Amino acid sequence: MNAPREDRRCLAFLVLAVVPLAGCGGSQNALAPESHQARDIATLFWWMMGGAWVGLGLVVGLLLWSWKRRNRRGFGRDVEGDKPGEKRSWYAVVVLGIVMPIAVISTLFVVSDLFVIKTTQAPASTTTKLTVQVIGHQWWWEVRYPGTTAVTANELHIPARTPVRVEVKTADVIHSFWVPELNRKIDTIPGRSNVVELDADQVGRYRGQCAEFCGLQHAHMAMYVFVDEPSAFRRWLAQQEKPVEAPSSALAERGARLFLDGPCSSCHAIRGTDADGYVGPDLTHVASRATLGALTVSNTPDDLRQWILHSQQAKPGNQMPDFNASGARLDALVAFLEGLK
Amino acid sequence: MAIATPPTPAAAERMERLEQIWESRPGILGWLTTTDHKRIGLLYFWTTLALFGAGGAEALLIRTQLAQPNQHVVSPQTFDELFSMHGITMIFFFIIPMTTGAFGNYLLPLLLGARDMAFPRMNALSYWIFLASAIFIYTSLFIGKAPNAGWFNYVPLASKQFNPGHNIDFYCLGIIFNSIASTLTAGQFIVTIFKSRAPGMSLNRMPLFCFAMLAASFGLLFALPALSADTTFLFLDRNVGTHFFDASHGGSALLWQHLFWIFGHPEVYILIVPAFGIATSIIPAFTQRRLVAFPLVAVAELLVVFVGFGVWAHHMYAVGMTTISMIFFAAATAMVVIPSTIQVFAWCMSFITGFARFKTPLLFIAGFIFMFVTGGLTGIMFVAIPFDQQVTDTYFIVAHFHYIIFGAAVFPIFGGMYYWFPKVTGKLYFERPGQISFWIIFVGTNLLFFPMHIVGLLGMTRRVSTYPSGLGWTAYNLAETIGGFVTLAGILLLLGNLFVSYFRGPPAGPDPWHGPTLEWTTSSPPPEYDFAVIPRVTSAYANWDPVDREADRLNLADGLLMLEHGHEQPTVTPVDGRLAEIAQMPHESPWPPVLALALALVFTMLLIGLYGVAGIMGLVCLLALAGWHSQEPPE
Repeated sequence: MNAPREDRRCLAFLVLAVVPLAGCGGSQNALAPESHQARDIATLFWWMMGGAWVGLGLVVGLLLWSWKRRNRRGFGRDVEGDKPGEKRSWYAVVVLGIVMPIAVISTLFVVSDLFVIKTTQAPASTTTKLTVQVIGHQWWWEVRYPGTTAVTANELHIPARTPVRVEVKTADVIHSFWVPELNRKIDTIPGRSNVVELDADQVGRYRGQCAEFCGLQHAHMAMYVFVDEPSAFRRWLAQQEKPVEAPSSALAERGARLFLDGPCSSCHAIRGTDADGYVGPDLTHVASRATLGALTVSNTPDDLRQWILHSQQAKPGNQMPDFNASGARLDALVAFLEGLK
Repeated sequence: MAIATPPTPAAAERMERLEQIWESRPGILGWLTTTDHKRIGLLYFWTTLALFGAGGAEALLIRTQLAQPNQHVVSPQTFDELFSMHGITMIFFFIIPMTTGAFGNYLLPLLLGARDMAFPRMNALSYWIFLASAIFIYTSLFIGKAPNAGWFNYVPLASKQFNPGHNIDFYCLGIIFNSIASTLTAGQFIVTIFKSRAPGMSLNRMPLFCFAMLAASFGLLFALPALSADTTFLFLDRNVGTHFFDASHGGSALLWQHLFWIFGHPEVYILIVPAFGIATSIIPAFTQRRLVAFPLVAVAELLVVFVGFGVWAHHMYAVGMTTISMIFFAAATAMVVIPSTIQVFAWCMSFITGFARFKTPLLFIAGFIFMFVTGGLTGIMFVAIPFDQQVTDTYFIVAHFHYIIFGAAVFPIFGGMYYWFPKVTGKLYFERPGQISFWIIFVGTNLLFFPMHIVGLLGMTRRVSTYPSGLGWTAYNLAETIGGFVTLAGILLLLGNLFVSYFRGPPAGPDPWHGPTLEWTTSSPPPEYDFAVIPRVTSAYANWDPVDREADRLNLADGLLMLEHGHEQPTVTPVDGRLAEIAQMPHESPWPPVLALALALVFTMLLIGLYGVAGIMGLVCLLALAGWHSQEPPE
C-alpha cells in the first residue's frame, strides 16, 4: 500500500496545477497506479510534468522579462540599426532552441521508449500464467477464460500478483480496452487479436472504460476489473464454469419458461439450457455481477426490473428492445434471473 | 508618406488609369465575378467567420451537455453529430480557409509586392468551391444526417454496416469537395510565391509570412491526396461494394487510420504554420526589430511541415503495432520538436531585445506563445510511447490539441485580425477594449482547456456523451464549461470592438504601426491595383528601407514601373527574384462560380446515388471549363 506517496503526489499536483484535485484515489485514475506498469507510466508522467513546468517557466520568464522592458529601446553591445543584441540572441536561440531540446528529448526518448516500454509492451505468452479473452461489442464487454467454459460480461476477475495475458478482440467496431490503474490501453481491431498484460498488486475493484469512440453508447461501455486473492479467484472461476442450476421456486420456474420461450433467449445464452443467443451477454451467472448494461445501472432486483422494461431509456440505442411485460410475468422473469448466481 | 499619394498631376493621371484598368464591377455581380485577391480574401473571411460561429456553437452545446454528470441536454445521437461537426468545421472549414483563404489571399500579394495572385480565376474558383462544400456539409446538419463518427471517422464504425444512413456519405463527399478548394489554394500560393514577387525580392528577402504560407501550401498539396484516397475508398466501400477496409473480406480497418493520419498529422502543422507566419509579421512590427535568427526561423517553418510527414503513426500507438515501428515514429516525433523550439526562442529573444509595445496584436502573440509552449510541452510527452498509450483518447489529448489549435492557431488569427484591421478598413480599432478582449479570451481558454489535462489523467475518455458522478470529474467539467462561455464573451467583445471601430474608429493612415513589410507602403484600404509602382525590394523588411521607398516615390513621379497600360504584373525567376516577364492578368470572370455550382451538383448527385446524372453534371463542368478558357488573356 503506497497511499501516502499518492497523497504526496496529489499534493504536488495541486500545488503546481493551482487547481484542487478532486478524486485522488478514484477508481479510473491514471495517477493512482496499482501495478508496476501503471506505476512506471505514472512516474514517467510526474518527471515529464516537472520538466514541462520548468520549460513553461523559462518561456514565461522570458516573456515577463520583455514585458518589464516594454517600451524601451533594445539593448546589447552590437546595437546597429534595428537589430540590437543580434549575436547574443542568436546564441540564445541556438542553445535554448536546438541544444537544450536535443538533450532533453534524447533523454526522454531513451528512458521511455527503450526502457519503460519494456514493461508496458505486449507480454510474451510464456511470461504469463493466465489468459483472458476480452471481446468488445457495441456496447459491452464479453469476457472468456480459454480452457474453461466460463463466460461473463462487463467484469473481469483476475488473481492478484499474477501476470495475466489479456487478449482483446472485437465483434464489431474498434473499441479500446483501458483500465488506467493497471496498464495502458489497447485497441480492439477487426480481424486481429491484441494483447496487454494486467498484473495487479493488490485485491480491489478497478474501473475501466472503452476509450475509442464506438458509436451511440460509447459513454456507457465501462467494466470492472476485480482483483481477488488467487484462491478466491479459483473459487470464482469454478463457480462461473458451472452450467445453470434448476430454478429454486415455482415463480423462478415460470420465469425460466418465459425466458426460454420468449424473445430473451434469441439474444442471450444461458449455459445448460436451450438459450444460446450471442447478441447480448451470456447470462448464466448474471446475478453474480455487480452491474447491468456495462456499468450503466447497478444490479439489484429493482434495477433489473427497470432494465428489462426500459433499457432504452437508461441506454438509448442499445441492442435490447424495451420488454413489455405485465407485473406477474415480470416478477417471474426477475425471480429467475436473480437466481442465476 | 505612403506611395499611394500622387506627387504630381501626371502621376495622378497614371494612377487614375490604373484604377480604371483594375476596377471591379459594382454591386453583387462584381463580388460574384471578382478575381481580386482582396475581395476573395474578404469573402473567405466572412464565410469562415460564420463557420467559426457554427463550430463554436457546437462546442458550447457539447460543453453544456458535459457541465454536469448524467445530463440530457442533447441526445447521444445529437452529441455524436455535434462533436463530429465541431472537429470537421474547425479544421476544414475554419482554420485552414481562415489562415490560407482569408489571411493568405488578402495579404500574400501585398507582402510580395504583387498586384494579384498568379492565377486569379483559380483563386476565385477555390473560394466558390469552398463555399459550396461548406453549404453541402452543413445541409447534413439541418436534415439531421450530419457525420457522426468523429472528424477522423474510423472504420468500421463509419462503414455501411454500422452506419447505414447518409451521415458518412456527407462526410466523404464533403471532405473531398473541400479538399479540391484547398488544393487549388495551395497550388496557386506556391506559384504566386515563386513567380509573382516584386523584382528584387530573392527568396532570402521574402517575409517570413510568405515562407509560412509556402510551407503550409506544400503541406496541403502532399497531404490532401492521402485523405482524398481514403475518403474515396470509404465512399466506394459504402456504396459500390468494394472491401478496402473490410477485414472479413481481406481489407484492413487500419488502412483507414494510416491513410488518414498520413494526411492528419501534417494537417496539424498546416493549421499552425500560417499562424506562425502571422506571429512573425506582428512581432517585428511591435518590437520594431528584425526577427532574431531569421534564416533559422525560415528553415524551421519549412522543416516543421517536412518532418511532420514522418510522424503520423504516433496517433496509433494503441492499435497494437510492433514496438520497433512505434519507436521509429517516436524518434520522428522527437525531431519535430526542434524546429518548434527554434521558433519559440527566436520570438522570445525578439521580444526581449526589441522595443516591445504590448498593443493588442502583440498581446495575442504573447498569449499564443504561452499556449503553444503549453500544448507543445504536453506534445513532447507523447514521445514517451507508454505514456501516450495511457492518455491517448482521453481528455488529456483533448487538452493538448486544443492548446495547439485554439492557442497556436486561433490566437494569432485574432492577433492578425487586430493587426491588419487598419490596413483592410482604413480605421484604427479601439485599443483598450482590444486589450480587455485579449485578457478575457486568455483567461477563458485556459479555464476551458487546462482542467481537461487533469480530468483526462483521472480517466475521462474523449467523445463520451455523458459521464457518471463519483469519479472526481464533475468540478473540472463545470470549470471547463464556464471557461467556454468566458471565451465566448471575449470573442464577442473582440468582434464588437472591430464592428464599432469600422464605423467609429479614427482613420488609420497607410502605416499606423511602422510595419516592416510592403503592405504598409500602400494606402489603407489598398487600391484595387495594390501598388501604384512595382516596389523596389532589397530586404525582407522592405518598409523599413527608406532609400527604396524614396526610389518608389521617384518612380511614381516619373511614371516608371507602373505598368499602367494593361492588366499586367511582373513575374520573376523563382529563386533570385529577377524580372522574368510582364504577365497579362485575366479579368473578372463568371466561370469560377458556374464551375463551382456544376461541381456542387456532381457531389449532390453522388450523394443521392444518381451516378449517371453525376456523370452528366461532370460534362457540364467540362463545358464550364471550356467557357473559362475561351476568355484567355492575350499572350
